[in-house]
Amino acid sequence: MEFFKIRRSVPFMRHAKVFNIISALTFVAAVALLATKGLHFSIEFTGGTVMEVSYKEEAKPDQIRTALNNIGLTDISVQNFGTSRDVLIRLPLKTKEGTSQNVEMQKQADSVMGALKQADATAQLKRVEFVGGVVGKELATDGALALLMVCIGIMIYLAFRFEWRFSVATIIANLHDVVIILGFFALFQWEFSLPVLAAILAILGYSVNESVVVFDRVRENFKKMRKATVDQVMDASITGTISRTIITHGCTQMMVLSIYFFGGASLHYFALALTIGICFGIYSSVLVAAPLAKYLGASREDFLPPPDKKAQLDPMP
Amino acid sequence: MNKYPMWKYAIIAIALVVSLLYAAPNMFQEVPAIQVSGARATVKVDATLKSTIEDALKAANLAPDDTEMDEQGIRFRFRDGDTQLKARDVVQSKVGPNYVVALTLMPSTPHVMQVVGAKPMSLGLDLRGGVHYLMQVDLKAAANKFFERYQSDVRGLLRDKKVRYSGISREPDRQRGGDQIIVRFTEPEQRAAAMKLLSSEMPDLVLREQEGNGESSIVATVKPEVVKKDSDLAVQQNIQTLRNRVNELGIAEPIVQQQGPDRIVVELAGCLDPARCKDIIGRTATLEVRLVAEEYAAGPGQDAFSQYKDQPAPLSADKFLDQEGRPVLLKKQVVITGDRIKDAQPGFDSPERGGGAVVSMKLDDSGGRIMRTTTRENIKKRMGMLLVEKTSATVLTWPVIQEEFGNQFQISGMPSAQEAKNLALLLRAGALAAPMDIIEERTVGPSLGKENIDKGIHAVLGGFLAISVFMIAYYALFGLISVISLGANLLFLVALLSMMQATLTLPGIAAVALTLGMAIDANVLINERVREEVRSGMTPQMAIQAGYERAFGTILDSNVTTLIVGLMLLAFGSGPVRGFAVVHCLGILTSIFSAVVVSRGIVNLIYGGRKKIVKLSIGDTSWHKTHDKDGNPTKKAVA
Repeated sequence: MEFFKIRRSVPFMRHAKVFNIISALTFVAAVALLATKGLHFSIEFTGGTVMEVSYKEEAKPDQIRTALNNIGLTDISVQNFGTSRDVLIRLPLKTKEGTSQNVEMQKQADSVMGALKQADATAQLKRVEFVGGVVGKELATDGALALLMVCIGIMIYLAFRFEWRFSVATIIANLHDVVIILGFFALFQWEFSLPVLAAILAILGYSVNESVVVFDRVRENFKKMRKATVDQVMDASITGTISRTIITHGCTQMMVLSIYFFGGASLHYFALALTIGICFGIYSSVLVAAPLAKYLGASREDFLPPPDKKAQLDPMP
Repeated sequence: MNKYPMWKYAIIAIALVVSLLYAAPNMFQEVPAIQVSGARATVKVDATLKSTIEDALKAANLAPDDTEMDEQGIRFRFRDGDTQLKARDVVQSKVGPNYVVALTLMPSTPHVMQVVGAKPMSLGLDLRGGVHYLMQVDLKAAANKFFERYQSDVRGLLRDKKVRYSGISREPDRQRGGDQIIVRFTEPEQRAAAMKLLSSEMPDLVLREQEGNGESSIVATVKPEVVKKDSDLAVQQNIQTLRNRVNELGIAEPIVQQQGPDRIVVELAGCLDPARCKDIIGRTATLEVRLVAEEYAAGPGQDAFSQYKDQPAPLSADKFLDQEGRPVLLKKQVVITGDRIKDAQPGFDSPERGGGAVVSMKLDDSGGRIMRTTTRENIKKRMGMLLVEKTSATVLTWPVIQEEFGNQFQISGMPSAQEAKNLALLLRAGALAAPMDIIEERTVGPSLGKENIDKGIHAVLGGFLAISVFMIAYYALFGLISVISLGANLLFLVALLSMMQATLTLPGIAAVALTLGMAIDANVLINERVREEVRSGMTPQMAIQAGYERAFGTILDSNVTTLIVGLMLLAFGSGPVRGFAVVHCLGILTSIFSAVVVSRGIVNLIYGGRKKIVKLSIGDTSWHKTHDKDGNPTKKAVA
């Protein structure tokens, strides 16, 4: 079997402008969404309590909400989780600062369970997570720091491996993926949790691989194809690697779909982030990174062996 | 061509066998077991105890399936949960209160694997159920407590040695932060004597003489390294206290460890009753015994202080509420604190005294001495038992001292037998050196843990199956080889994680799945390269050789960035994300080995050394490009 019997180079670079406009538009849209709607952070980052409660019969979020309103809890979210018999209840952090805040939150979780049991005796607590405000802030900072360090690490590596133009092009192309994934999370107000962050970072590394493979080919082809223009070299390189790119990503995507369907509700957004990341990863590392490198002025001279040292020494008297 | 030397095959074979040995324990179900261990560090388990228990179990017709013993305790495996419960009761009554008998689950790993130390991966909270707490130790409060001790030590020392001072006070140190003790003197020679005394007797203090406002004084601050040592000590003592409490709960394999300078993690995987665990761990109770401030009492009754209901307490006393909400004034001076308690047992009062729930206390020698002197001097006066918790302090009971008593006495007036039991446990387990605050909590029910394991396994298997079908359809025999090497990768990964005794979480399983999905990349790279070489007209043997060699550089390359991500997540991630990162990093290393070495080994076994291979079974390679890379028509196309 063979899907990619591509007999001549596909002129990707001719349409580079179109791709760049699409990219720019999605990017701007994502940034706008992030700015206006913001991310729906999980309690791991904001602090608060989340409780997973399971019922014998179908759970009714509305009734649960009313029951909890009755004991004076208004600022809560109740939603189905995974199956119709499970609900997830989120209690935001009480704004009162200080040490007693944590004690307050603990008491609140107890009173929630009390009220639920009273309303329906089959209510069973499956899981409680409580994160204090301080811990949440730390996690958020650590997460941002991890993202920053990953970017720096990759840039340094690429600068060593290739030269700065490719390094910059790659990191921009892949950060654009990250922003777009975040844009989706902002648009649909999906919950942004620690595993999602891990997924996004994993995707960042994964798509950079992709660009590395393409640029490896570009370097090889610059040396081989002496007469070709920059565009032709890039087209040939992308065409030469497209088969591997799509098959690899397809395989990874099969695994991700399997996580999505079998992994349960808590891995839902993890798998979603990966899916978006994989799709945009193919697109950006192939169709965004290469034109960017070209605009930044990548040319054959960057890869030619340095001029003979003797020639430079010649003018000396 | 394409033959591996024997030693290379040997390495692959050894790696596979060892991995199989270490990965296999994960396949075995956990069986119910009980663990017997010493209730205190001084109580050790030994072979005699083991045979005593074995005999008792045999007598009760509950012979265990298997027994093992190490420093942590003796463990007995049983057929089912029912036998386990019965056996626990039998053993507990046999060994008495000096030992803790805990219900636990143990892997039913065959003996061979246990000998080489092959154990299954430990399962994280989300896969096993249990409770996790992150606690913050209030070091400020601990430092305060220590500072008060220094202050009273200085006062006591000067008084004992008859050095006359005019005043002693505590003031904030404006220059360096923190607090300082200021001792004032009217006579310079007294100050000189104090200086000499304090510098020889209290090496933890930095002393400085100061003149001003017509008086001379000594300013004492605590050395910074001593402050640090004290706060470390407070954290250590809290950890010890938590360990004691956890041991009292009888949970096998508890984790109680320090995280950062002032935090403690408590993780009790497999805790069957999270509510009770939380109640015991989360309580920060300390007991204080103080005398009742009789000088303000209106009478001998329980409402002696009712006039202070809405009034602040006088300066020399503290106001507390008892369990019925009545105000009680206690003296500021603490007679003894909870750390003097040697033992505390719940029980019931004699019927003529109401038969209520009580806690019987036993104090250590110096605690007993203090108690004896205090009670002798205060007969017919009242004494309050104060339970101090993080946010509240309650007077449990404030009975009249009927007679002098020593290191044994009872606290009566407990509201219920359960409450008496809990209080006894808390008192026995010791006091906290510094207050603590739960800043993160996770509780997972056992049923959810089981569900999560199943989901994780299904996700990995489902993805693996889909990839297998595709790879074999697309790359034929080479696809099958890729799938086998991917399977080997999974085996290596599981074996490595088991060897390291890494804790597996649900995100960890997701990482296993994702890593497998990404690791197939190496095989795709190789197969594509081999195809390309075949198309360009190489002989099959040369194509294999060239394909593997050329793909290797790219494989290494593309894994570096993934490794960067993994390492950063390991450095900055926390909790579940770290588990994800560990699996991710290990998976990259194993995937390089399995894709490059193992799959090549199989290819060499099949094709290596064969003289005539007409065609490689790697899918369709019959087509060729009509144009070369420069866009010119190829020779074949022209022909």
